[in-house]
Parts: sequence; structure tokens; C-alpha cells
Amino acid sequence: MELTRRQTLALGVATGMTLVLPLPALAAVEEVGGIDDFTGGATPSDSGVTVTAPEIAENGNTVPIAVDAPGAVEIRVYATGNPLPGIATFRFGPLAGSQSASTRVRLSGTQDVVAIAKMADGSFAQASKTVKVTIGGCGG
Amino acid sequence: MISRRDFLQVAMATSAIYGAGGLGSWSRLAAQQALSQDDLLGFETTGNVTLMHVTDIHAQLKPVWFREPEINLGVGAAAGQPPHVTGRDFLKLYGIADGSPAQYALTYEDFTSLAQGYGKMGGLDRIATVVNAIRADRPDALLLDGGDTWQGSLTALRTNGQDMVNAMNLLGVDAMTSHWEFTLGIDRVTEIVDNELNFPFLGANIFDSEWNEPAYEPYKMFERGGVQIAVIGQAFPYMPIANPGWMFPNLSFGVRQERMAEVVSEVRDAGAELVVLLSHNGFDVDRKLAADVEGIDIILTGHTHDALPEPLLVGKTHLIASGSHGKFLSRLDLDVRDGELKEVKHKLIPIFSDVIAPDPEMAALIDAERAPYEAELSEVLGHTDSLLYRRGNFNGTWDDLICDALLEVREADIALSPGFRWGASLVPGAEIRREDVFNATAMSYPAAYRTDMTGEMLHIVLEDVADNLFNPDPYYQQGGDMVRVGGMGYRIDISKPQGERITEMTLLKTGERIDPSKTYAVAGWASVNEGTEGPPIWDVVEQHIRNLGTVEIAPNQTVSVVGT
Repeated sequence: MELTRRQTLALGVATGMTLVLPLPALAAVEEVGGIDDFTGGATPSDSGVTVTAPEIAENGNTVPIAVDAPGAVEIRVYATGNPLPGIATFRFGPLAGSQSASTRVRLSGTQDVVAIAKMADGSFAQASKTVKVTIGGCGG
Repeated sequence: MISRRDFLQVAMATSAIYGAGGLGSWSRLAAQQALSQDDLLGFETTGNVTLMHVTDIHAQLKPVWFREPEINLGVGAAAGQPPHVTGRDFLKLYGIADGSPAQYALTYEDFTSLAQGYGKMGGLDRIATVVNAIRADRPDALLLDGGDTWQGSLTALRTNGQDMVNAMNLLGVDAMTSHWEFTLGIDRVTEIVDNELNFPFLGANIFDSEWNEPAYEPYKMFERGGVQIAVIGQAFPYMPIANPGWMFPNLSFGVRQERMAEVVSEVRDAGAELVVLLSHNGFDVDRKLAADVEGIDIILTGHTHDALPEPLLVGKTHLIASGSHGKFLSRLDLDVRDGELKEVKHKLIPIFSDVIAPDPEMAALIDAERAPYEAELSEVLGHTDSLLYRRGNFNGTWDDLICDALLEVREADIALSPGFRWGASLVPGAEIRREDVFNATAMSYPAAYRTDMTGEMLHIVLEDVADNLFNPDPYYQQGGDMVRVGGMGYRIDISKPQGERITEMTLLKTGERIDPSKTYAVAGWASVNEGTEGPPIWDVVEQHIRNLGTVEIAPNQTVSVVGT
């Protein structure tokens, strides 16, 4: 495969992390699990992680999202309204230049996209963003 | 007809020194002064930078009537705040006298009777006169166009926006942003932007949807009066959702607040002493953006068609609302010193077409653009005994007429007409010419479809559109009005969440409640779906008007609104 500049850049973003694709057929999806499985019931702080997503999805089948949590060792992303809410796990090794990642997800309808970051000290941070999936058509 | 001199006795002198007086200085100044045309066009030039703003002209080359809304509800933090203040409340808030030109220009109150005296507003030839007068005072004044410029008339439709591109080039626009422009299709937009437009087409929030890279210039730096000015463009955020995404398939939009913050930082780092956001977000979205993104001095708002006689201050950001359809031009004289905005002097200049003389050069261009279509434009289809207008959150008489046409001509149970905010008005007694029908319908996806829909689907549609309007978070609002419904009534509680707002849906012809599982024949137009079939809506409306001869619209009481 010949890599274009853009593809190289896209791969570059993913360097230093493990991406679990949101495909139901993969056993790896089970690894994402529920929020409590990740936090062990700990109450996450509401600062330390940001989740970027459109307020209204232009196409619910491929919604661009990004997460960023400086100092995190792992970020998990949950689409709380999807049949399988756990949609992505990003792990950051010690050589990661930044603890941020972006991907595209399928959303079954309007719902909150939740990002939970596990920090190096074992604490957790949480952020969420409501993404509306609309039928559209009447903007003036 | 009121004489020009009498008219100017009461014309708006809105040169409020903003920041000192706040609300209320408007009427005082208006009462003190008897204006000549020179006074109306003139302005005590101050500061070192002048901005001129027009927006949402919707291809209206000629003066029009345009009635402002009676119902324009705000929700959440915007409830009861400008621009969600109408009629008497608006007059009171801004200290506007009864029967004044300001009342006529800015509210719906007594619109029909005031229209007789004050006449039509707008016209690009009148706007050209104002622009030229301002440039005579301040030759390097910046003229910024907030978009929705290339769509909304028969001639813009027939020429694929060429008439407006030619006119705005002649007017000497310095930068624009966009919304309906993209409904000409991406190939045409690219052709215009690359080859025909004399000025930049800005959109910091327009991205390549595949690679998520900026697709248009985000901003343009200008040096004016020794001041470095960054003009950032922000296109309509919900372009592929509210309009047909298949017409510009590789573009992504969105509010993208983080991106805006980055661009503001970038231009500040590049030496901008004044940051101006030329926005098509809609007023409430801009109000939130102003609160959440630091460093924007001026937001020239657009999209929601609001006209405010004074800037609205959010933190250190001044929000300007310049109306629509060519009714107004905002002038801002700014004092920028030591890298900082020190003073804002603002005037919302009303373009009274009987007061402001047309600029001959622009008038000649307009005549030339219209000439090939003159016979088609001027053909009289019927008359109206009612005021025909569009604006209002739930209905307007133009859409009552359009829905009636869909029900009759397309033989449907229920009709849907989109909650567009563009479309000129017609006063009682007026001829309805073909041009007038196109002013309310001209766009590039006009197919009047007829389809079967279940009651459940109808409910989902209404709930979906209602949330676009009444979601308490402005970033989830798309800036249109509620879809207009013919043949069916409903109750809406705007304070409820999506899914719970719409109740008591009733089929008017039988008086029965809509059955979620039953199927109804629904006619509508302006579907965003590719391949929608049906005659263009203007043909349907024309046939209906010809059948009627004289249009008379009964008061519409089919929507019951609560939760305000």
C-alpha cells in the first residue's frame, strides 16, 4: 500500500496506543466493558479529560470524536445509548507524545459520548458530550 | 405617500454611543433630530476603523416588504432576551415611538398600515448608496457580508447565483461567509469562489469530511487605519443536516468551538489588534460562543434574521444583528488603540427605499440582471387580500398558503412546509406576481413530494424539528423555525425535552386524533433527500393562486403553544 501524506498523518496520531475497533464481531470489544468495570466503582473527577464531538452528527454512522487527557495511561470511550456502549480503548505508553486520540464511531441515536481517563496515579477523570442524531431538514 | 422630508423628521437616528448609554438612547436621539437624507446616511465618523455589515440578503436585489416576527420564542438562557423580544415589548425595550419608522422596520406591530406610509425596504442599489456614502467618509471601511446572499429569488435561481455575485462584486464586499450558497452545489460554489468572486469566501468551520482538514480560508487579515484586523468567517454549522448534504458531499461543518478558539489565538499571535467574527451561526449560538471563546471583539451575527438597534454585549464581545433581506446595514466605527478595542459607535441604518436614492451604477446592473427574466417575474398570478408573511416560530400566512396549495393540488391529508426564515412579505391588496412566489420558494431542491407517513413518523418529524428550535442549549439549535403544518393541528410545550413536546396531533378534516399506526398522505417540499420527486413548489403554489384568484388567509389557530 502506498501511503499518502494524509494517511501517514492519520497513522501518526495513533502511534503509541492500542485502538480497539468498535466492531461487534471482535472479542476485543468485550475488553472495554462497562464503566464500573474500568473504574472499579471509583468516582471520576470531572476535570482532566476532554471529549470533542459534534453537537449534532452530520452522519450518525460515522461520527468523528476525539479525546484528550494529559497524563493519562488509558482512555475508554462509551456510547451510552448504543447496544454495545463500550466503543474504544486507547492506551498510552510512556513514550506517547500526547495522550490524545481521535476516531469515528457509529451512534444509534441521540446520546452521550462518555470518555473516562485513567491517570498514572490510578485516579479517574470523566467527561461527556451529548451528540444529537437528527433526521434533519428544516434549517432556515 | 409620505414625503421624503416628512419621513425624515421621524426617521431613525440610531447613532447611539454604545457602551455609555446602553438601551434607551435611541428614541431620545430620534426625537431630537429632524434628519435630511445626508444625516441619515451620514455619521459622525470616529475612531480609526469602520465596519459595514450586511447579511441574509437572500438575493433580494429590489426593495421588498418584510414583516418581522410576532412569535420568536427563546429558551434556556435566551428566554425573554433579545432577539426573542417582539412587538410592543420590543418597542418598550428600545424606547421606540408608536407609529415610527423604527416600529415599522423592526417589529410586526401595525405592519400593514405602516407599510402604506413607509413603503418597501432594501434594494441593493440603495445599499450601494449607503456604502458609497460611508466610504466617502472613511475610504477604507470594510464591508462584510454574512452570507445567504446567492439564494432566494427567481433571478438568483435562474443564474445560479451569478446576479448576486456580480452585484456583490460591484458593491465592493471585502469578505463573506456562507450558508445557502452551498445549495447551488459544490461545483458551482467552487467555480464562483475560484474564478468569479473578488473577495475571500471565509469559513473556519468548514472541513474536508474525509480528512478533517480545513477546506476554506478561515480568516483574512486586513490593515485599516493602521490597525491589524482579523476577520474570521464561520459558515452555518448545520449545513449537511438542515440542507441537502449530497449537494456538497465532502464537506463537514459544525460549531467547532475549540477550532474557533484556536483560530482566535492564531490571529492574535499573528498580530491582530481587532478580531471580528463574520458569523452565520445564528444569534443564540453566537451569544454562547461569545461567552465561551475569549478574544473576539465583534461578532457580526447572521442566519436567524434578527435586527437589533443596539449591540448586545457578552463579556467583552459586541454582538451585532443586522436583519435580513437588505432591510438594514450596520455601521460600526471603532476606536482601536494599543492593540485594544476602546470604543464602539454603532448605527443600524434602515434602508428605506423611498428615502435613500438608488445608486445609478448598481441600479443599472440590477436592471441588466433582471432584464432577461422581466416578463416571467412580472406576470400577475392573482391578488391577496391578506398580509402574506413568513416569519414566526410556528406559522406564517405565506406557508399557510403553501400548505393549502399542497393539500389541494397534491391531494394530501397533511402538508409540511419547512420553517425557513427567508421570504419577502406582501401587503393586503397587492398583486401576487410570479416574482413574489419565487421570493418565498426559490431554491435548488423544490420538489413537492407526496408520500405516505405513519402518525408515529409524523410525531418523530415534529419532535425532531421542535428540538432544533427549542433545545435549551443553543449549540443544538439549527436556527430555522418550526416546520409549518397544514391539515393537522397540534399542541407544543416548548419547555419539555425532545419526545415530549408535541401532543394532541389532530387531523383537521375529521377532528380525529392522529393514530400512530395509521398511514396518512403527506405532501411537502424541500426534502433534503436525494432523488425526491414532484413538481417544483412554485408551480404548485402558482396553480393554487390561479385557482383562487384572490387569496385570503384565515387566522391560523391550529398550533397551541404552552411552556413559554
